[in-house]
Amino acid sequence: MHAPRREGRRVRIPGDSNVSQSASAETPHIVVEDLHFRRGRKPIFDGLSLEVPRGRVTTVMGPSGSGKTTLLRLIGGQLRPDAGRILVDGEEIGRLSTRRLYAVRKRMGLLFQTGALLTDLSVFENVAFPLREHTELPEDILRTLVLMKLEAVGLRAARDMDPAELSGGMARRVALARALALDPELIMYDEPFTGLDPITMGQIVTLIRRTNHSLGLTSVLVSHDVNEAMSISDHVVLIAEGRAVDAGPPDALQARASDWSAQFLEGRPDGPVPFHYPGASYQDDLLDAGGRNHD
Amino acid sequence: MIDAIASVGRFSLDALAVLGRASMFLLRIFAALDAVVRRFGLTVWQVYSVGVRSVLIVVVAGLFVGMVLAYQGYITLVDFGAAEALGGVVALSLVRELGPVVTALLFAGRAGSALTAELGLMKTTEQLSAMEMMAVNPYRRVFAPRFVAGFLSMPLLAAMFSAVGVMGGYIVGVGLLGVDSGAYFSQMQAVTDWNEDVMSGVIKSIVFGFVVSWIAVFQGMDATPTSEGISRATTQTVVVSSLAVLGLDFILTGLMFGGN
Amino acid sequence: MKMRFVELAVGVFVLLGVAALFYLAVQVSNITDYRDGDTYEVTAYFSNVGGLKVRAPVNISGVRVGRVADIRYDPEAFEAKVTLAIRSEHDYLPADTQASIHTAGLLGEQYVALEPGGDYDTLQDGDRILFTQSAVVLENLIGRFMTNMGDD
Repeated sequence: MHAPRREGRRVRIPGDSNVSQSASAETPHIVVEDLHFRRGRKPIFDGLSLEVPRGRVTTVMGPSGSGKTTLLRLIGGQLRPDAGRILVDGEEIGRLSTRRLYAVRKRMGLLFQTGALLTDLSVFENVAFPLREHTELPEDILRTLVLMKLEAVGLRAARDMDPAELSGGMARRVALARALALDPELIMYDEPFTGLDPITMGQIVTLIRRTNHSLGLTSVLVSHDVNEAMSISDHVVLIAEGRAVDAGPPDALQARASDWSAQFLEGRPDGPVPFHYPGASYQDDLLDAGGRNHD
Repeated sequence: MIDAIASVGRFSLDALAVLGRASMFLLRIFAALDAVVRRFGLTVWQVYSVGVRSVLIVVVAGLFVGMVLAYQGYITLVDFGAAEALGGVVALSLVRELGPVVTALLFAGRAGSALTAELGLMKTTEQLSAMEMMAVNPYRRVFAPRFVAGFLSMPLLAAMFSAVGVMGGYIVGVGLLGVDSGAYFSQMQAVTDWNEDVMSGVIKSIVFGFVVSWIAVFQGMDATPTSEGISRATTQTVVVSSLAVLGLDFILTGLMFGGN
Repeated sequence: MKMRFVELAVGVFVLLGVAALFYLAVQVSNITDYRDGDTYEVTAYFSNVGGLKVRAPVNISGVRVGRVADIRYDPEAFEAKVTLAIRSEHDYLPADTQASIHTAGLLGEQYVALEPGGDYDTLQDGDRILFTQSAVVLENLIGRFMTNMGDD
C-alpha cells in the first residue's frame, strides 16, 4: 500500500538521547550500542541503540513483536547479542563470565509479565527466596525484611497464600516485592499493565512510581500501553523494526512526534507501520495459490 | 524415495541434536553436584516427592509380581517334581530381572513423568527464567537435586520390590500351594548368590535410576513451553525411559551373566 | 513442621530400603557363605566333576563345613583339580579322608561330600585328598546298566 518511508523513521536518536542524558547529570545506567539480534532467521534487533538514564523511569515502547521482552532478556544476560554491546554500569553483559553475570544480576530485578512466582512456595517464601539464596540472614531479620517488602506492595496479609490463589495483579505485586528483596539498583518491568483492570492498573502504576521515587532506583518498563507508560515515565524510547525510532521525555515526544511515533502514540491502524504484514501483494498471492491448485 | 531418505536424515540429525543437548545438560548437572552436597535439604525434599511417594506402588506391584511368579513357577516345577525349588526361581527372577526392571518402569511412569511435567510447567511459567534473573542457577537449585534424588531412590525402591516380591512368593508358594517353608528359603539361598545375583541387580537399578532421572529431568528442561509441549515431553519421558531401561537391561544382562 | 515431616518420611524410606537390601542379603542370598571366616584349602582330583560349580557346598555327613573355592583342569594330571575351602574349626579331618561328588536329589545341585577315614595325621592347608570319587554321570550309569543287562 504505502512504501515504508525509511528515512522518516531514523530521527535524530543521538540528539534525543543526549538531551535526556544532560537532564541527569550522571552517566546512563544502561547503554545499548548497535545491538543486533536474530531469532532463527528473523531479525529482532538491527542496530538498536539506546540509553537508560540512572535513577529515572524509562519506558521502551513499541508494537507487539518488536522485541521489547527480548530486550529485557538481553539486558539480563539470558540471551546474548549477535553483535553490538549492552553495558550495564559499564559492564558488557554479553561478555561476562557466568559468575560475574550472576553478580550483576543480584543488582537487578526483573518483573515478569506473569509474575513467575515459584508455585511450590508460599507468598512469604517467594519473597524470602532471593534472601535465602544469597544471604545467611537469621530467621527473625529475614522475616522482618520480607514483611517490609510485602507491606510496601500492600500484601502483608496475603503472606500465607499460595501463588495459585492470587489474582494477576496480586501476583505481579508479590513479584515486585520479590524483585525488590535484594534492594537492586535497577528494576525492569515486562509489560506491567497488560491484562489488568483499571483499579489494579492504578495500583501498579502507583507502585512503580513510588518504588522509583523512594528508592531512587533505575526503572525500565517495556509496554505498549501508551497512556500509563507516558504518565509515569521520565524518558521514553520508541522502537520499531529493530531500531530506536524516537526517544526523549514524554511531552517532548508527543509535541514533535515523527510520522511513526504519531501513529503509535495515537493508535492509528495504518500509516508508516502498515496494517498488512509485509509480503507479496494480495493479488499475486491469490493468483499464485490458484496456479498451485491447478497443478 | 528421495523424500524418505531426507526424512531419515532429518530424523537422525534431530536425534543427534537431542543427544548433544542431553549430554551438555548432564555435564552441567555434574558441575552443579557440589550444590547438592552443600544444600542436601533440597535433595531430601526431592527424595520425598520422587522416592517416598513411589513406595506404595512399588511395594504393591512387588507383592503381586512375587505372588504370580510363585503360581507360574509352581505350575512348571511341579511337573518335574521340583516344587521345592520354587524359592530359588522366585528369588532369582526378582533379584536379577524383575526387581530392577519393573521398578524402573513403574518409577518412569510414576515419578519420571511427574518430574518432567513439573519442570516443564516451571519453564512454561517462566519460573526457571525468574530464578536465573534472581542470580539463582536452576541447575544447582532445581535440576541437580531432582536428578540425584531419582538416582538415589531407585536402588532402594528396587530392593523393596524384590524383598516384598519374595514375601509374596512365600504367601502363595508356602501358604497356598503347600511348598515346605524351610525348603522355600533354603533353595533360595542355595541358588541366589550375593555378588552375582543381588549385587548385579543393585547395579542394574543404579544404572536405571541414573538413566530414568536423566531423561525425566532433561525432558522437563527441554520441553517446548506450551501445554502441548509439556504433554509431549511427559509422554516422551515414559516412552524413552521405558525403552532405555529394557534395552539397557538386555545389554547389562549380557555383560553380567553372558560370560558363564 | 512440613520439613520435619519430609525429613522423617525420607529417613523411614531410606531405612526401609536398606532393610530390604539386608533382607535380600541374609534371607534370600547366600551372603552367609562369604563370612566363612578363616579357612584352609585342600585339593582333590576328580576324573569328572559333572556339574559341580564354584561355591558349591562341602559337607560331612550332610553338615556343611566349607565350599568349593576353585575348579580347573590340570593338564599334567589329566584330571580336574578342585580346591576346597574348609572352615578352620574343622581341622580334625584325617589325611585319608575321601571326597566324592554327589547330587542333591535327582536333578539338584551338586556338592562335595567328605567321608573321614581313620588316619592319625590330619589334612593341612595345601594338602591333597587322595581318595576321590567322581560325579555320577547319568548317561554313563544308564549305559552301564544296559550293558549289564546284556551280560545276563
